[in-house]
Amino acid sequence: MMNEGSELSVTIAQIVQRLKGTHLHSQLEKQAKECLHRPEIRLESIKEDVRKFLRATGWERKLQNAVYRELHILPPSGHPEAPLEHTKEPLAYMRKAQASWEKRILKSLNSMCTELGVPLARKRPVLEQKELTSKWNEMGADEPDLSKFRPVYAPKDFLEVLINLKNPNHDHSDGLTARSHWGLIPISLSVRDVPQLREAYPELSLSCSQLGIDDHAHVPPDLFESEHIRIGKKVVDEQDSAAAQQYSRQGSPTGLRAQLWALILNITNDPEDVAHYEQLKAAVIHHDLLVDNLIYKDVKLTASNDDYYFVFEDVLYQVLLCFSRDTAVLEHFSYNSATPPKSYIQGKTGEEEFAVVYPPNGVIPFHGFSMYVAPLCFLYNEPCKLYSVFREMYVRYFFRLHSISSSPSGIVSLCLQFERLLQIHLPQLFFHLQEIMAQPLRIAFKWMVRAFSGYLSTDQLLLLWDRILGYDSLELVAVLAAAVFAFRAENLMEVTSLASAEAVLADLSTLKVMPLLQIFLFANVI
Amino acid sequence: MSKSKTGGYKGPYGYQKRKDGEGRSCVRYKCSLMNTVLDVLHQRPGWVEVKEDGEWDFNWCDVGWLRENFDHSYMEEHVRICHFRNHYELTRKNLMVKNLKRYRKTVEREAGRLEAVKCDFFPLTFVLPSEYHLFVEDFKRSPGSTWIMKPVARSQGKGIFLFRKLKDIMEWKKDCTRSDEQRDEAQVESYVVQSYIENPYLIHGRKFDLRVYILVTSYLPLKAWLYRDGFARFSNTRFSLRTIDDQYVHLTNVAVQKTAPVYNPEKGCKWQMQQLRRYLTAKHGTYVVEELFKDIDNIFIRSLQSVQKVIINDKHCFELYGYDILLDQDLKPWLIEVNASPSLTASNQDDYEMKYSLIEDTLHIVDMEGRLTGKEKRVGGFDLMWNDGPVFRENAGLETLGSPFQTANTHLGGVNDRKKQLRQLLKPFPGQKKV
Repeated sequence: MMNEGSELSVTIAQIVQRLKGTHLHSQLEKQAKECLHRPEIRLESIKEDVRKFLRATGWERKLQNAVYRELHILPPSGHPEAPLEHTKEPLAYMRKAQASWEKRILKSLNSMCTELGVPLARKRPVLEQKELTSKWNEMGADEPDLSKFRPVYAPKDFLEVLINLKNPNHDHSDGLTARSHWGLIPISLSVRDVPQLREAYPELSLSCSQLGIDDHAHVPPDLFESEHIRIGKKVVDEQDSAAAQQYSRQGSPTGLRAQLWALILNITNDPEDVAHYEQLKAAVIHHDLLVDNLIYKDVKLTASNDDYYFVFEDVLYQVLLCFSRDTAVLEHFSYNSATPPKSYIQGKTGEEEFAVVYPPNGVIPFHGFSMYVAPLCFLYNEPCKLYSVFREMYVRYFFRLHSISSSPSGIVSLCLQFERLLQIHLPQLFFHLQEIMAQPLRIAFKWMVRAFSGYLSTDQLLLLWDRILGYDSLELVAVLAAAVFAFRAENLMEVTSLASAEAVLADLSTLKVMPLLQIFLFANVI
Repeated sequence: MSKSKTGGYKGPYGYQKRKDGEGRSCVRYKCSLMNTVLDVLHQRPGWVEVKEDGEWDFNWCDVGWLRENFDHSYMEEHVRICHFRNHYELTRKNLMVKNLKRYRKTVEREAGRLEAVKCDFFPLTFVLPSEYHLFVEDFKRSPGSTWIMKPVARSQGKGIFLFRKLKDIMEWKKDCTRSDEQRDEAQVESYVVQSYIENPYLIHGRKFDLRVYILVTSYLPLKAWLYRDGFARFSNTRFSLRTIDDQYVHLTNVAVQKTAPVYNPEKGCKWQMQQLRRYLTAKHGTYVVEELFKDIDNIFIRSLQSVQKVIINDKHCFELYGYDILLDQDLKPWLIEVNASPSLTASNQDDYEMKYSLIEDTLHIVDMEGRLTGKEKRVGGFDLMWNDGPVFRENAGLETLGSPFQTANTHLGGVNDRKKQLRQLLKPFPGQKKV
C-alpha cells in the first residue's frame, strides 16, 4: 500500500514526464534563457528572479493550466504490479463484457467490409486526392451513394449489452419487491443519491444564482447577470484554467463561452496544434478509410437533418475525418476501459507484428456520433480550434458514454443512477411504466449516450455542458434525465404503452435545463 | 383567449355601430389570401367573413385588389385595410432607391456628412434603362466586380441574375423579347442593377439573409413596430464567386431554394432569429452584436423616414412589411429590399406558429376591438420602435432626462414571451368572459 506522499511524487513524476518535450516546455526554456538579459535578473538570486519573471509574464499560469489539464486525464493509480487493464477497469466482469462487445463491433465492421468489397483502408489515386483538396470546404455538397453502408451499431444495441451485464457475485433472484431494483441494469455500483448530490452540486441550489435561471428576461441584470459577466471577463483575462472551471458551474455567458471552454480544456492553439491538424488533413487526403463512409452516413442521417445543425455539415466532415486518423487519441486508452480495435494486414491475422489499430484513433463511430461535435460548431469557427476542443472533450468525457466501465461518469453508472433516482423519488411513475412494459431507461438511454445533444435546444444544451465541464463529471446527465421524467410525470401516468410514453417524451426542445435540475435536486422533499 | 369558431353570430348586420375608438364586438372581414392569415381571422372571436360584395370593416387584401379598388372605395372611419395606397414607393426597388437617394441628400444638406453616412446601407444601385449611362461610369470604375440585376416588380427571386461583363446586359437591352412573361403594354420591364455584395457573412460557407417584420400603422406621424421573431434564410449550397450562374448559391429566397436540386423541404433552411443572434454573440461577443442590431434598427427607421412624406398617409391603412437584410463579413447590415406582401405561408409547424403569432399580434395592434389605450410600448411580440421619435426601453423621468444611456425599445432576436405579456395587457374580447 503506497502512502500519500509517494503517490504524490509518482503523480508529479508522471506529469513532468508528459510535459517534457512539449511545445510549452521549449517555450518556457526559451523564455527563461532570454530573460537572463534583463536587468532585474541577478546572478545571486537567479532561480528566484527567473521564477518571478515567469510569473509576472503569465508563463507560470500557462504551466499551471497545463498541469491542471494533465491531472484531468491522469490514468488511475494502481498497484505497481497490476497490469494496465486492471488499473483502468478493476471489475473483471466489466472487462469481459467490454472485450466481448468490442469483438462484436469489429466483427460487424469486418463483415461489412467483406460484404461490400470495400477495403478497410485504401490509398487514394492522385486525381482523387486533388479533387478532395479542392472541395475540402464543401464535402457536404456531394451526395455519394451510402445506401449499402449501415451504422456499425446504434445506442439501442449498446443498451442490450448493458442490460445483459452479469456480476457473478451478485444474486438478484429475489424478484420484484419494493426493495429490489425495478430497472434494467442488473448490477450494483455505488451511485450518489439526492442528499449526496446536493452536497456535490451546491452551486445549483435555490439560494445560488446562475445562468439558465437568473438571467431570465424578467430578472433585472444587476441582480446577478452583469456581475457574473464582469467576473467572467476577469477570468478570461487571467487565463486561469482552474478558475474558469469553477466559474462555469454557474454557467458561461454566451459571449464568453467559447473562450472559457477553451481555457477549461487548455486549448492553446499553438503552432504545434495547427501543424498537427494539417498533418491529419493530409492523412485524410492520402487515404480513404471505410469508417469515412460511416461518418458520412451518420452526418447525413443526424446533423444534416437537424433544424439548426444542418449548416455545419461541411465542418463536421472535416473534424470527424481528421479525428479518425488522429493517433494522439490512442493515449486516452490508458484510462478508458476499452481497448482500441486491431486489424491485421491481409493474410497475417493473429500475428501481432502485422497488427494495426483500426481506425487509427481506435474509435469506431456509431449512429449519432457526429452529434458530439455539432453543438461545438456553434462556438468555434476555425476548424483547427474546433477540432482541438472536440478532441479534448472526447478524451475527457464523451468516451465514457459508449464504453463499459465502473467509472462514476461511465454510461453504466449513469443508467443505474437514473433508474435509482426515479425509483426512489417517483416510485409510482416507475412502477406504472414498468407495468406497461415501458421501462424508462429505454427512452432515456439515447439522451444520455449523446449527453442530450440533438434533443435539447442548443442554448439549453450548452448550459448543461457548462456544468459538465464545471464539475468535471457527466453525472448531471443522469440527474437531468430523471428530472425530465419528473417534469412530465403527470402525462406519463396516463399512458398505456411504450409508444405513447415515447410520444410524451419525444420533444424536449422547449425544456429549460437549469430549473429542472434545480427543482429535482433542491426542491424535492426527501 | 378562446380560439373557437364564432358560430354564434348569425346575421352579419347584428353589430352595433359604435363611435371610433370604442371598439366593435363584431368585425366583418374580407381576406384574399388562403394561408395562415385566413386561419387567424377565422379563429378570432367576433370576426365574421363576408361574401364578395358584402360590406366589410377589415380587409386583408392583396396589392392587386388595392390597385383596382382602393380609389373607388369609401371607407368609414373605423374601417381598416392592410396596405397603404402607394406602398410601392418603399417596396418597388426602383422607387425605393430613388427615395433613399433623395433622403440621403436631404440629410447631408441638413445634418452634414457624418449623419449622411448612416444612410449608406443600400448597395450602389441604378435604375435601368433610365440610368444606364450613370451605371456604366461606375461599372468602368470598378472592373471585375460583380453586379446583380433585379426586375423591379417581381418577387421570390424570379428574373434575377448576376453578371460581370457589360455584354451580358447589352444582350438584355437589345433583346426586348427576353422578359416576355409580364410585359406591360409597350414597355420593357424595368430593372435595377446593384453592386453585388461579394463578401457576405458566411456561416460555415453558407450565405444567408435576414427576414424581419415591421408593422407601420401611420406615416404622419411615423409609428412603427418591430417584431421580435424573424429568421435567417440559408442558401442550400456553399458560397463561391466561381459560378455566378448558379442562382441557387446566391439567392436565399426560400422560393428559389425550393427548386434547387438538393432542397430538403423538411429542413426549411432557416434559423430562427434567436438562434442566429446567439450564434453571433457566441462568435463575436455581446457588444459587437448589440452594435450590429442597432445598425439594423437604423436601417428600418431611415428607410421609413425616406418615404414618410411621399406615402399617402391614411388612418385606414396599416402595413406589415418584410424587410430583407444581408450582413457582410464586417458585420455591416445592408438593405436588400422591402416587401409589402411578405409570404405568410408556412413551410413547417414552427414557421406556422411564428406567422400565426405575427398576424395575431398585428390584429391586436390594429385593435378593431378597442382594447388598447394607445400608450403601449409592447404588444405581444411587437415592440414600438418609433413613435414620431425614438422610443426607449426606459420610461422617461427625471433620472433619464438627458442621459446617454437610453436603449432603444427593440428586441429583435430576443425572448418572445408574447402569450404572457398579452395576458397581462389585454382585456378580454368584448362579449367574452375573462379567462
